[in-house]
Amino acid sequence: MLHDNDTLMLGRHAFTSRFILGSGKYSLDLIRAAVENAGAQIITLALRRANSETDNILDHIPKGVTLLPNTSGARTAEEAVRIARLARECGCGDFVKIEIMRDSKYLLPDNYATVKATDILANEGFIVMPYMYPDLNTARDLVNAGAASIMPLGAPIGSNKGLATRDFIQILIDEIDLPVIVDAGIGKPSQACDAMEMGAAAVMANTAIATAGNIPAMAEAFKKAIEAGRTAYLSGLGRVIDKGAAASSPLTGFLDDETTR
Amino acid sequence: MGQTIQPLAGIEIEDIGQRTDHMTYLPGMEQIDSSIREAVLSAFAGYQPEAYTAQDVRQALNASIRTPWHFAALLSPAAEPLLEEIATKARAEKRRFFGDNVYLFTPIYISNYCENYCVYCGFNCHNKIRRAKLNMTDIKREMEAISQTGLEEILILTGESRAMSDVQYIGEACKIARKYFKMVGIEVYPMNTDEYAYLHRCGVDYVTVFQETYHADRYEQLHLAGHKRVFPYRIEAQERALRGGMRGVAFAALLGLDDFRKDAFATGIHAYLIQRKYPHAEISFSCPRLRPIVNHDKINPKDVHERQLLQVMCAYRLFMPFAGMTISTRERAGFRNHVIDIAATKISAGVSTGIGGHIGEEQGDDQFEIADNRDVAQVLDAIQAQGLQPVMNDYIYV
Repeated sequence: MLHDNDTLMLGRHAFTSRFILGSGKYSLDLIRAAVENAGAQIITLALRRANSETDNILDHIPKGVTLLPNTSGARTAEEAVRIARLARECGCGDFVKIEIMRDSKYLLPDNYATVKATDILANEGFIVMPYMYPDLNTARDLVNAGAASIMPLGAPIGSNKGLATRDFIQILIDEIDLPVIVDAGIGKPSQACDAMEMGAAAVMANTAIATAGNIPAMAEAFKKAIEAGRTAYLSGLGRVIDKGAAASSPLTGFLDDETTR
Repeated sequence: MGQTIQPLAGIEIEDIGQRTDHMTYLPGMEQIDSSIREAVLSAFAGYQPEAYTAQDVRQALNASIRTPWHFAALLSPAAEPLLEEIATKARAEKRRFFGDNVYLFTPIYISNYCENYCVYCGFNCHNKIRRAKLNMTDIKREMEAISQTGLEEILILTGESRAMSDVQYIGEACKIARKYFKMVGIEVYPMNTDEYAYLHRCGVDYVTVFQETYHADRYEQLHLAGHKRVFPYRIEAQERALRGGMRGVAFAALLGLDDFRKDAFATGIHAYLIQRKYPHAEISFSCPRLRPIVNHDKINPKDVHERQLLQVMCAYRLFMPFAGMTISTRERAGFRNHVIDIAATKISAGVSTGIGGHIGEEQGDDQFEIADNRDVAQVLDAIQAQGLQPVMNDYIYV
């Protein structure tokens, strides 16, 4: 392997897998196989899904996998903060993925409220991973608020449309020093690979796997795509030939040769 | 009688004996978070210009967003044979961000008293030159004369003497400048955040501080005495200026004092890190080379010839394509005319580096020899002759 020590740092925690797996939308008895085939070390979990008396989802998640509870269902910063605190009380650990939506049709995140919730939760010692619309100013505000990563959406959640916000995610990757994890919209392994080639630190996917014909096999396909994209990124992508023509008269012909040796 | 030492070719000076620690702040100097300074110094120390290949340079040229690694490649000796391609790409980037626009300004030197002993500078306190300081009446007359040439941007300079040109004095000069010019910048001694805030209220929005060299040990050999000798206080000036409310800051190494590639690399990284921490800041570069000074006409820019200077300018342009870049009158007209098409965005005109030179006879001697004596009308003609658009100002003080 080209880069043996390549780890994803979230807060003080190091991970070797760069695939964050969602757990919603598919039958509970497939979760273990999906996690294993994905090689995932982090799995997200909607706290509201763990709020059931019968067949709790937590019982299906393999031991040793880091739980990333999300705040789905929150419509305001205050609700997100409350859900996060509940998750910690339930023994889900210090990680939290903030999701705040006040639009039930497109499920687009509320960036402003997300910054507020991040600020509060980071101060309480949470490792905060905010889901956000890829906006540079918001991303900087999230960094200043104490986020551990930035999770911009590639396309509306569940849409499987890929990297519709590609150029804006690239800006975040270039400008933000935290891990940028592409979340939402990734519909197939090639898109996950693409995001990793761009320099994303990790990819989070749920619907693409949950709606596949063979869930464990698709989890494995994503794993391979993410690893391929990461390796390509670390290797430095090859040259793309420009079509630009050479200038007819040299641009540097004016240089004084007396003083250029 | 002390020993003579020669820290720089072309200059012999008297050893002043015991020298203070250049890394220790003096009383009254504000200390801010040192993380940017430390990162810049480690970038300087870690940059190995010889480690890059032509293939690395091509990769840097082809990148759409350029990283510090790309910048390092573009500054390397391996990039020199590719200068024509680099210049072509730089020109395209310059057009993308600035179109045909070329900005004009002029510097005004209001005092040449100095308390520092910088061996390469004409104003240094051991160089026997005519000293002068303009009073407010003189300053007003000079500004009036300059504004009649049509210029709308001015850069106010002093020698570095808090005793002879205190912050209040500079502030009063800036208030006068605000009456005649739409944009006022300063290039004076580094000061504390509250002092920058005061000057901002006086109408200043841009602060230029040349670091001269980012090599701390070399800096120590060249700045033998005075406040300027304190290396960390100087390197943190841009950050204090931004915290004081300034809109923009300019960076420069005086090329030729040390390894020019490493100094240019540190300059770019310094600007890059400041922009990342203060994303609203406007960033600008100056690209000065060493020039002969009064009483020391043998000083020369060593291995930084025009070709290398152009390479540095293009590397800055490609690394931070949105940044402003000023081309100094230290360079000849023929060079300046071309680089405003390729990399630089701003050019000075009608320049005098002496004191009181804009209204008749100079009262004080010049800081360095200039190589382009053209007045504003001549520079305007040269810009237009290339099909470029001269711009006097596109800025509003708020």
